[in-house]
Parts: sequence; C-alpha cells; structure tokens
Amino acid sequence: MIRMKRSRSLDRRSFLAALPAAGCSRPGRGYRFFTEEEAATAAAIADQIIPPDQDPGAAAVGVVHFLDRQLKGHYRFLQAAYREGLREIDQAARSRFGKRFAGLAFDQQKALLAEREKTAFFRMIADHTMQGFYGDPRHGGNREFASWRMLGIPHPPVRGRQR
Amino acid sequence: MKHVDAVVIGSGAGGGVVAKELAVAGMKVVLLERGRWVRPYECAKDDLRNQRTSVLGASFGPEDEGNPRVKVNRDGSEEIVYPSRGAYHNNAMCVGGGTASYGAMAWRFMAQDFRMKSTYGAVAGSTLEDWPISYDDLEPYYEKAEYEIGVSGDVEPDPFKAPRKKPLPMPPLPPNLEYRILKPAALRLGLHPFDIPMLRNSLPYNGRPACMRCRWCVGFACELNAKNGTQNTVIPKALASGNCELRTRSVAKEILLTPQGRARGVAYYDENDRLREQTADLVIVSCGAIESARLLLNSKSRLFPNGIGNRYDWGGRNLQGHTYTGANGLLPFDCYDDLGPGAGIAICDYNHGNPGLVGGGMLCNEFIRLPYQFLGRMPPWVPSWGREHKEFVRTWYRRTISVQGPVQEMPVWDSRVQVDPKVKDRWGIPVARLSGYKHPHTLEIAEFLSRRAEEWVKEAGAIRTWRRVPGDDLSAGQHQAGTCRMGNDPKTSVVDKYCRVHDVENLYVVDAGVHVTNGGFNPVLTIMAVAYWAAAHILASRRRGA
Repeated sequence: MIRMKRSRSLDRRSFLAALPAAGCSRPGRGYRFFTEEEAATAAAIADQIIPPDQDPGAAAVGVVHFLDRQLKGHYRFLQAAYREGLREIDQAARSRFGKRFAGLAFDQQKALLAEREKTAFFRMIADHTMQGFYGDPRHGGNREFASWRMLGIPHPPVRGRQR
Repeated sequence: MKHVDAVVIGSGAGGGVVAKELAVAGMKVVLLERGRWVRPYECAKDDLRNQRTSVLGASFGPEDEGNPRVKVNRDGSEEIVYPSRGAYHNNAMCVGGGTASYGAMAWRFMAQDFRMKSTYGAVAGSTLEDWPISYDDLEPYYEKAEYEIGVSGDVEPDPFKAPRKKPLPMPPLPPNLEYRILKPAALRLGLHPFDIPMLRNSLPYNGRPACMRCRWCVGFACELNAKNGTQNTVIPKALASGNCELRTRSVAKEILLTPQGRARGVAYYDENDRLREQTADLVIVSCGAIESARLLLNSKSRLFPNGIGNRYDWGGRNLQGHTYTGANGLLPFDCYDDLGPGAGIAICDYNHGNPGLVGGGMLCNEFIRLPYQFLGRMPPWVPSWGREHKEFVRTWYRRTISVQGPVQEMPVWDSRVQVDPKVKDRWGIPVARLSGYKHPHTLEIAEFLSRRAEEWVKEAGAIRTWRRVPGDDLSAGQHQAGTCRMGNDPKTSVVDKYCRVHDVENLYVVDAGVHVTNGGFNPVLTIMAVAYWAAAHILASRRRGA
C-alpha cells in the first residue's frame, strides 16, 4: 500500500493491471506463475487436449510446468491472456455445473471446451500443450521422453552413426 | 576508423562469398554482421527453439526484443510482428546467415528459369521478366560454389538439368527408407528420380567430417560441422587471408554517400550500440532481400529522397519466396527410419513444360519431421485435439510420407518491403513493413504440383492422402528474394547484371534480392553463384582500374 501512495499518477487501469503483481494472485506451491487453482484448471484442459490412455496424458508428463515456465519466460507477454482465459473457463464451469472446471466429469469438460475450440485462448493453450507434450523435455514437459517413447523415437539418439 | 577497400554488410550466402573473393585477391575488407557466431557445439537440438520451429525463440537471431517488423494483412489491417512469432518472414541473422542452419539443398536453376518471360510470355498481374544474365553466364560460378563450399549428391540421372561441365564433388549419402520407397514408385510413374544435391559432406571434405545422419538437421547448426555454409568455408578463408576483419553485432543504419552520389561507406551501430562510420571504396549490401531493401530505402538523401535504388519506385518491390505445396500419405508400413537429414530424392519432371502453366517446381521428399513439426501437417479429417488426435499421431507418425516442393512464383509488384513511417527498432532505425500477396497463377501451379505429389505418394503405397494447399498471403521467409531486381534498364530494375546499383557506381547488392525470378528450387546455390559472378566482375574492373 505504501508503494501505491507513492505513485500518485496511477490511474484505475494501471492500478488494476498491477494487482496480480502486487500479490493478489500468488503463485501456487512449485509454480512460478500459476496460482494453485489456475494450475488445476490448466492441468484439466491439458488432459482434454492430450488425454491419458495407454500412454500418459499431458498433465502427467509436466505440461503444466512447461506452461508455467514459459509464462515467466518466452511467453510472458501472454500472462494476461492465460489469466483471463483460465478464469473464463472456470467461471463457465461454475455457472453451468456449479463446480470448478477441474472438478467436472470428463465429458462435461469436453463439452465446455468444444464450445470454445475456435476461440483464440483455446487454440493457444492447445498449441502450447502440444509443445509441452511433444517438445524437448528440457522445457519442463515431455517428462522421461514420454511422447517420444510413444512414437517409437529412440532417445538418446545414437551418435557417430554412419550407415 | 581505417578506410578500407570494401565493406560488406551481411555475412550470409552472398556476403560471405564476396568477402572471401575480395579478401583473398588482396583487397582490404570489413565484413559487418548484425548477429553473432553460432558454433557447432551450440547445436542444442532443441526442437522448439531453432530456425525452423522458433516458438520459444529464433535461436539464430534476431531476438524478439527490439526487432519488430510491421506486417500489413490482406484485409489492410496492420500488426507488429516479432522474429519468433507470426508473419515476420525471418531469415537467420548470424555469421553465415541462413547457411548456418539450413537444410542445404544445392540446386542450380535450370536454363529456362533465367528466361521466364521469353519462355512463357507476359503474365497479367505479374512483373515476370527475364534475368539479364543466362545460365551459361553462371555455370562456372555454380561449379565454383559446388567445389569451394562442398556439395554431395548425384544429379546425373536428371534429364532436365542444364548442361554442366563437372560432376558434383561428393557422392550422395546412402538412401534412407523414404528414398527406397519413393524411388521405384517414381520410376513406375515414368518420372526421373535422382539424389538431391546438398551442401553437406557425405565424405570428409575441406577438413571437416561426413554427416552422421542425425535427425536434427534442417533448422539446426550441425554438431559435427558436416553441413557446409559460408560460416565454415569461405568466411574462415577470408579471415585467414589476413585481409578481412569480421565485426559481429554490427547493425547497419544507412549507406553514406558523397555529395556527388558515390557511396563512401556505411553508418552502423557496433556491439556497444555506438554509432560508427566505416568508409570504403566499395560498399556491398548482402543482408537478405528484406533487410537489404530496408537498408537502401532507409538511406535517404538530397539526391535520393526516396532511398537509394528507388528512383523509379522499384526498390523493395517484387518480394517473393517460395510457395510450398505437396502431399502427404499414410502407408500401411513404417517409412520412418530416423536417418537424417531425411530429404534425399527429387524429381524435376514438373519444373517446366506443364500444359497451361508458367513454370512449375521441383518435388522431393521432406526433411525429418520432428514430433511437434509433424502436428503442423495433420490431415483435415482428424480433430485438432483430444483422444483421436493423440491416437492419430501415435499410429501414423512413423508411417506418414511427405512429398513437397517450391513453386516458382509469379512476381507481384504490390508484394513489397517498405520502411515503416512509425515503428523503429531498438537502435531507432525504421523497420521493414511487409505487404502483398501471391499471384493467382502461383496458386494454380501449387494446385497442379500438389496433385502430382499426391500421385507419387499414392504410387508409393499410400492408403490415404491429403494435399498441402497454400493460401494467398505474402510469400518470403527464408527463400526471400526479388526486392532489388537485376536488369539492364535502370527504369525497371535496381541493380545491373553485375549487381551494381544503377544510380551509385560503387554500391552493390549481393543476395537473393537481385533475383528476377526465384526458380522452382531452393535458392542458395544461385545466391552463391551470383556472388562469385559479382565478385569476379568487381575484381576485373579493379584490375582495369575502373
């Protein structure tokens, strides 16, 4: 609050924009950007985009950590879009089913997302989920090369091969 | 700063070759590069951060921060775009330029590619024109590029190729599985398949080893240094001559002119962001089609109020690249064997002589698709997310075959580079503003070629196929070309047939910007050959004292 007093020229818009940074949405345990609620919603969405079956789904291989890391890294310009997109989906779940998105049944989640599949936010999180699942594990997803094993791509590759 | 004989701006395919030719002939050269060295050990094999897939950053430069461009969309809306995202049309900005990370196909254009208007006549809505030089003019320089930079492959079975004096210096790499599937299929169709020429060592060559066939090739620096670019061939030779100084992280601002209209050097920002002037007898601009045009257009003076080379409004016009087209197919057996670089077999049956079409393009199998890249070419019948999507990727990743190729585009006057009136980069230099579209006939050729690719994939055993059909938005990207057109008439071109800017006798543009048309092939070997050609002219005129 002391900080707020100092910046007298702060208008309503930048005040509201500064709220998350001021600690109104503290990152959850083990996260850099997501709150615990956001992380739970993102995990449920990621598992809709790449569901677990005989192979792991997106959440189990660390896609939420991939998203979380990138939102403090290369995708930091998308922080507001994520915050708003996750909030909107959670709110829709509450108003339609009376529960948070992460608590819905698989088919309820799927129906809510299917209605949103043409939205900019859904396309974005779907693409980023694919990156986290199919991309290199160094970025926080694809733990233990799960997707590459699924595809039968050897890893680590054999070096020095000439055939 | 010490005056030199020549300053070369940009160290890619064109600039690297020119710098070496001038330096080994004894001229004092300064080579400016806005990026940095990317060393072989930096081949991070990062499939989300490389030159081909830059979703987490354009690892060969430039950085997003401070390097925007403006893209004008087809509906007239404008957006600010950054190197790692959207329609930036980035080419790598580092020592070697695109050649440090490319796929390295080493095509000679065909004889007709230099005479498109004479061969096919004028095309409405296109600025299609002949080059002022012929294939025969360039033939010795193609050969020089093949031997000095290093090319493997076997083009002898290609009956459509233009005449050549010597075979390629290295044999092709052994075939991979896709090659072995596609070759008999092509022969059954009466086509003429052969081994793609590649700037990649199949044997130890020039003191560097042979390719180890890894999957991280196109888009990556080669860990073994077995892929040949200017950064590991001609540029080291230029530096070893003792006559060339390379300055990295040096960003050109404008070409400096004398009151009489001769180039006297270049103003640039050095690695510490200090504004410097490097004066020289000759100035050679080799920044790639987009950035070269931007630099010339940003060089405004009393003599050239609209920028250098733009007296008749041709500067920055005719921006083109390659419209990629092709087909994918699902095979009932594996075609993925994890043997890089992946691409190996091509046909030139459809480059020319297609009924009703102006030119065409080469078709070949695609480089290895890393898993995330694979998602970019899913068939239209598969949902974009969910169980079925995952099931498709799991079942078909190793059984999807892909044939594609670059359409020789019809140049469009309205497809262009300008300098933006408002947006500036971090040095305060007005940025490139890109606008335009593909000519409708380019799309007709793409449609035709995608059907031929589909036939090939079907003959190879595909049980289900889908085609890659391009949209009409501006084309440029890594094959960007055309913005500083070469021609004999100063009223309808920017540079003469030796790449010299018509208006300024000691200023040259040496990159794909000078390409009148861009062939139905990857353009790099032609950029190198034209660079050798221009350098030979520069050295000859110096000997004559001109």
